[in-house]
Amino acid sequence: MSTTEARPYAGSRVHRVEDDRLLTGRGTYVDDVQLPGMLHACFVRSPFPRAAIRGIDIEAALAVPGVHHVFTAADLNPGVHEQWHTSVGPQSPETPRPPLADDEARFVGDPVALVVADSRYIAEDAAELVDVDYEPLTPVVDYETAIDNPELVHQAHGSNVIGSMAGRPPEKLADAFGGAAHVVAETIHQQAYAAVPMECRGIVVDHTPATGDVTVHAATQAPHEVRGFCARLLGIPEERVRVVMRDVGGGFGQKVVVQRDEMCIMLAGLQVAAPLKWVEDRRENLLAGGQARCEHAEAKIAFDADGAIRAAQIDYVSDCGAYPSPWPVTSSAAVGMLFPGPYRVPRATFSITNVYTNNVGRAPYRGPWQFESLAREVLLDIAAREMGVDPVDLRRRNLIRRDELPFTNPNGMPYDNISPIETFEQALGMLGYEAFRKEQASAREQGRHLGVGIANYVEPSTPGYGYYANESASIRVTPAGRVEVSVPGGSSGNSVETTVVQLTADELGLDIGDVDVVSGDTAVAGFGAGAAGSRSGSMTAGAVHDTAAILRAQILAVAARRLGGAPDDVELVRSRARLRDDPSVAVTLAEVAALAAEGGDDLEASATYTADNSIIWVNATHVCTCEVDVATGQVTLLRYIVSEDCGPMINPNVVEGQIAGGAVQGIGGVLYEHLAHDEDGNPITTTFMDYLLPTATEIPVIEYGHIETPSPGPGGYKGVGEGGAIGAPPAVVNAVADSLAPFGVKITRLPLTPAAIAGLLA
Amino acid sequence: MGEVDVEVRVNGEVRRATVEPRVTLADFLRERCRLTGTHLGCEHGVCGACTVLLDGEAVRSCLVLAVQAQGADVTTIEGIAPADGELSTVQRAFRDCHGLQCGFCTPGFVVSVTAFLREHPQPDDREIREALSGNLCRCTGYQGILEAVRQAADQGVGA
Repeated sequence: MSTTEARPYAGSRVHRVEDDRLLTGRGTYVDDVQLPGMLHACFVRSPFPRAAIRGIDIEAALAVPGVHHVFTAADLNPGVHEQWHTSVGPQSPETPRPPLADDEARFVGDPVALVVADSRYIAEDAAELVDVDYEPLTPVVDYETAIDNPELVHQAHGSNVIGSMAGRPPEKLADAFGGAAHVVAETIHQQAYAAVPMECRGIVVDHTPATGDVTVHAATQAPHEVRGFCARLLGIPEERVRVVMRDVGGGFGQKVVVQRDEMCIMLAGLQVAAPLKWVEDRRENLLAGGQARCEHAEAKIAFDADGAIRAAQIDYVSDCGAYPSPWPVTSSAAVGMLFPGPYRVPRATFSITNVYTNNVGRAPYRGPWQFESLAREVLLDIAAREMGVDPVDLRRRNLIRRDELPFTNPNGMPYDNISPIETFEQALGMLGYEAFRKEQASAREQGRHLGVGIANYVEPSTPGYGYYANESASIRVTPAGRVEVSVPGGSSGNSVETTVVQLTADELGLDIGDVDVVSGDTAVAGFGAGAAGSRSGSMTAGAVHDTAAILRAQILAVAARRLGGAPDDVELVRSRARLRDDPSVAVTLAEVAALAAEGGDDLEASATYTADNSIIWVNATHVCTCEVDVATGQVTLLRYIVSEDCGPMINPNVVEGQIAGGAVQGIGGVLYEHLAHDEDGNPITTTFMDYLLPTATEIPVIEYGHIETPSPGPGGYKGVGEGGAIGAPPAVVNAVADSLAPFGVKITRLPLTPAAIAGLLA
Repeated sequence: MGEVDVEVRVNGEVRRATVEPRVTLADFLRERCRLTGTHLGCEHGVCGACTVLLDGEAVRSCLVLAVQAQGADVTTIEGIAPADGELSTVQRAFRDCHGLQCGFCTPGFVVSVTAFLREHPQPDDREIREALSGNLCRCTGYQGILEAVRQAADQGVGA
């Protein structure tokens, strides 16, 4: 990885352009938007997991001074014209989503009424006075028994099964499993946890009745998705809707889709004679922001006597709550299809089933299908112990090697441009695997329990189909000679502004200080699908490349006129156009801009990049070591190594930051985080005293290794946003299990709280 | 509800307002003073995003009422950088070390670290981790933040 004179910025650790404003308190998050006369919304939410709504008395709430409206389903729900996400399309069998609960509340936190007042304080006061006549009904709490539960979450759906999908009939693999030297089979559970961005969800809807314009300020990862959704929801032309996202305080998937709460604010925004703001508090976010994970599978892998994998099968079920968004079957199918992972698995099949419960709905979260890696890698370690072989040897025996690529896995996933064995060997080398085994052995003699866990994965990034296939950019040279790039996405922690500036400066031969970026405003930028699917970096690279190529020709034509010669004789270096043969003959970009202004030349270009590849594959290896205190069940992580292949890096700081953030979310998911409810369906982790995020005291130093296999996409780049959260959970589980191997403990259920570990050892 | 007059010196400037006694210092700063750099991540005193300096001490402004700050000196993230417009040593260290991504938790970290390094100018790594344990970040995995505090300490910000 090195920069070049011609492209000095891509690959270098340049300072982020986002940082100055964010470090000085000058960012603009949605709650920072203050508009004249703006009103504030607060939801009345169901305290019951399931209850019939017999009536709502709003009089006392309406009587509170400063209260403008109290909306119920009868007021808002008829305003719905259409409700579907562009990314999913109108044909998807989505769950019917009433903006406000009408006849029935279906989870604790279900929005039942909406109070609009002069301030959030007043709105909260009044919300407490809304008197809802609930008739509690028997909830469907346990997703594992929901399929056969006679109580139905959605009566009209006729079943608690949302959908299911399956690969080839399992009988076709009967001979592979029947004749195997060894079969490992376990049921593995992952608890509910969630994205939990530090900024909760929020939206401001500013409707101008005179023109019919609607401006939406949104905490979103995908402003164009919000725009299209809002226009369809309200039944107004899309060009009347402008969505602005300036700074977003993290999303991790939760802010990709428009949920029911935001729909309510859009609908109420048309009825309120003022801009309307809703910013949820943390309790609401943990109640109603959506759950992720909460799933289990029966998984099995068959081996030959020499440890070669013969076949793999996974039968997966997930809790999707009452209102999953979007339809969860597609991302669950990926659990099945990716279960073989980066291994030479000749035969496989899967089934997946998604069920409704009276829990909060499933929402997207970083690596939504990551259960495939958790199940596979945990199973491989259990198999290694059962077979009496080293888990490293078992993996090395089966990892796909470069000369086998392209390799289509038995479920049809066409892997290419990956390096599973290389990241694996690099990570083990960084650890010093043999030395660690010796250290572990001597520690055991002293009664200390160290362990090492390894996980490999291969991940589809940068989806290149449908809605996700396109990304636009516009670049212009201003008359003053600055270069302004407009892109559809915006800052949500992904450093996309810095990425754009680096790429543009390289494409056009500019000094990086001459480039400005305008982002996150649908009125300014063309279409793009936003930050999802680990796509921002690689798709933005395509958009900037294609657009810059047009603008470059325009700049060279103007410069050539001044310098003498043909455009081909001119090159752009560090914001100067100069003759290739005689670099002393040069003109600054500012002079080119002035010439263009004089001559009426156009120095502005827009283009949309359309992906050439339906998937860009990424792979990585996570290696973790830990010590377990067998008296208390406390896990201390010692070293954490990630070797990944995301192709060339645009900015190593950004890449490593994404990896670390994802890995720590995965660590949290194994050891600390649990979006829990009691047996009656009441959430019990609705504050940060109960929902435990990792802090600086628990987290090890993360060490990075990079392997660089270029993708076939623009710049050879790959997506790197989600992988950390995929690789970390199995690496941590395997490290804990390895620590406890002398006790014959088998870990198949998360989270690994001290109590859970103590329970395993009891 | 009766309202109360408060006068607080915020980033060196006297700010007066009439507020309900229940209004938090965070909301006073954000809504009355229009200083929106102080962020609210939990409103129950765990995440640390709303940390400000109250008479030099780091406090969670979601757990302090505006009326409790009567007559006090408050420094928010907007008042951390020196007057010349450059970043402070702590802010610069966060930028240098990729100690922020989405930036939402960042003001709380910068203010907390500024106070911590004044009290502990030469912290060891364990003290740094302990000092940061009251601030939550969901983007960085704390890696760049830990490096940033080390850099700021080594550059003698607390001296």
